[in-house]
Amino acid sequence: MRVCVIGAGTIGSLIAGHVGRTCDVQVLTRRQEHADALNAAGQQISGKHEHVAPVRATADAAELDEFDVGVIAVKANDLDVTAARLAGLSPNAAMMTIQNGIGAEEVVHRHGDWPIISAVTFMSGIRHSDSHVQYELDTATWMGPWAQTGTDYALVEEMANLMIASGLEAEPMPDLLPAQWSKLIFNSAVNGVAALTGLPHVELFAHEDEPADLGHVVHALIDEGKAVAAAAGIELHDDPWEMNCLAVARGETNKGDYAHLPSMLEDVLAQRPTEIEFIGGALVREGERLGVPTPLQAAVYRLIKAKEASWKVAVHR
Amino acid sequence: MEGGGAQMKVCVIGCGAVGSLFAAHLGKLDDVEVWAYDVVDAHVDAINENGLRIVGREEFTAPVNARTDPADIPACELGIVATKAMFTEAAIRAAAPIFAEGAVCSVQNGVGNEEVIAEYVPQVIRGTTFPAGHVVEPGVVGMDTGGDTTIGPFEDKPAPMEAVEKLADACTRGGMNTIALDDARGAQWTKVIFNAASNPLGALTGLTHGRLCELATTRELISALVAEGVAVATALGIKLDGDPDALIDHAAKVAYDHKASMLQDALAHRPTEIETLNGGIVRFGQDTGVPTPLNEAIAALIRGMEHAWTSQPQEVVG
Repeated sequence: MRVCVIGAGTIGSLIAGHVGRTCDVQVLTRRQEHADALNAAGQQISGKHEHVAPVRATADAAELDEFDVGVIAVKANDLDVTAARLAGLSPNAAMMTIQNGIGAEEVVHRHGDWPIISAVTFMSGIRHSDSHVQYELDTATWMGPWAQTGTDYALVEEMANLMIASGLEAEPMPDLLPAQWSKLIFNSAVNGVAALTGLPHVELFAHEDEPADLGHVVHALIDEGKAVAAAAGIELHDDPWEMNCLAVARGETNKGDYAHLPSMLEDVLAQRPTEIEFIGGALVREGERLGVPTPLQAAVYRLIKAKEASWKVAVHR
Repeated sequence: MEGGGAQMKVCVIGCGAVGSLFAAHLGKLDDVEVWAYDVVDAHVDAINENGLRIVGREEFTAPVNARTDPADIPACELGIVATKAMFTEAAIRAAAPIFAEGAVCSVQNGVGNEEVIAEYVPQVIRGTTFPAGHVVEPGVVGMDTGGDTTIGPFEDKPAPMEAVEKLADACTRGGMNTIALDDARGAQWTKVIFNAASNPLGALTGLTHGRLCELATTRELISALVAEGVAVATALGIKLDGDPDALIDHAAKVAYDHKASMLQDALAHRPTEIETLNGGIVRFGQDTGVPTPLNEAIAALIRGMEHAWTSQPQEVVG
């Protein structure tokens, strides 16, 4: 199989740096220096795994050779522009979306008829340079055929097996929606609260003993999300509240392993646009469509939009 | 202050910006002897040495007897508590002996302060004040805004109306216009609903009051928070003295660039007054069976934010 990783941020680099050991991998970067660094040094992986994988990189989409699966690993906010760069390329390829939240598939689908593989990932890492990423959380990537393009499940399994063979954790599923929604609801609550409070995902997020404990608001946000999922007819793969409790328990018991900030808090700290529209925003809009009230999700969504607006003021000043 | 026996003794508890405004204005009166209890040595020393100086909107210096130990303060017939809400209990517990025969008025932000004061002194006055300022340096306070103060007997442990009127009269004569009412709850709840709907949103987003009101996304959230507060006030049988939503829009015009005190606290990583603002609305909502999920969520987010300041991420994680 020929793979093209589009967007070499943390997740894209982790995938390229693993599957590059077992098959032909091209990487499409935004900056040419980034591509040059990868062509010169390969993609270095440290942390959970230690190796270097050869990759072929370019910043020019027109230079890409034909590929079988494109893994689009840019931030959700960059998806539209990125997919537009891919329009017309590798018409026989499938595209895999791996963004946080929901709605990525629709955006890519607007730019081409590629069959789409939906994916969500729980792995994480820290980028140290253009050619070096540290593999931090070696948790799974789940993937399934996107129903609207009738993607062949055999292809999904082939891609999952390729990732597993390269050392990553992956699991194919005939229907990804239950898993995608579990993560959506988990992220909407945990990332939203982290982004507004400045707290990393710590044990406090699961505390509910005292009336003033933070866990209550996290739980209430999750419950609103679950009500929307239920109205949409989606049976969740994992309970998002249990995911929250498990994640902080892992952080508490396994020191240093979880010194990881939710991506939305990272965005806030760097005053970058967050992925709120694809996470809390998408959930609130689904709630509106289905007639399920989501007042707390809406409050968090609005506050994060307002926080983003506060940086724009600063920039224009 | 020469000790004329006819003088009324008033003690201000917590001589920060607002407490100093009351202390200094009362200190201008010949028939009032003003005492102040504060824990900041430098501020107390400067006041005793040079008098308490007000700058900004008004400029004058008034004599005030400041002490860091309440045992050094004589019995007073009236008290004004102006500490930040989280220090109310410690302050009034220490100062309670001063008011064994006196009436004590809260001019603090939010709701629930009088209940704490009433645990320690026999007569309590409910109060709400609008004037604001900031400490410029020890002994000097800038007066930023004027406005009325509204006071009335605290229902659970009421001070006699004569005491309420006496305090209102003295403050007004000193230059802090103060209105004595039988029921001062309307003014207090109008202000707490206003503050709880806007201040924490400023702290969470970094936006000034005007910007919060300009964005449809936050303006709608403000109205939703106001509606919860109004529902609690209604359940308590309180008639508001103004429409908090209209006050929000008014403030957007006259105080567009104002950074709410809680945003200032957030920027300085100081504890906020969330427990008497949204936290207070939530507690009274529980007492009256009125759900306040949005105020609860906002209070939880602010507490989380305070927690983030007091803990280094690495320490929390490890």
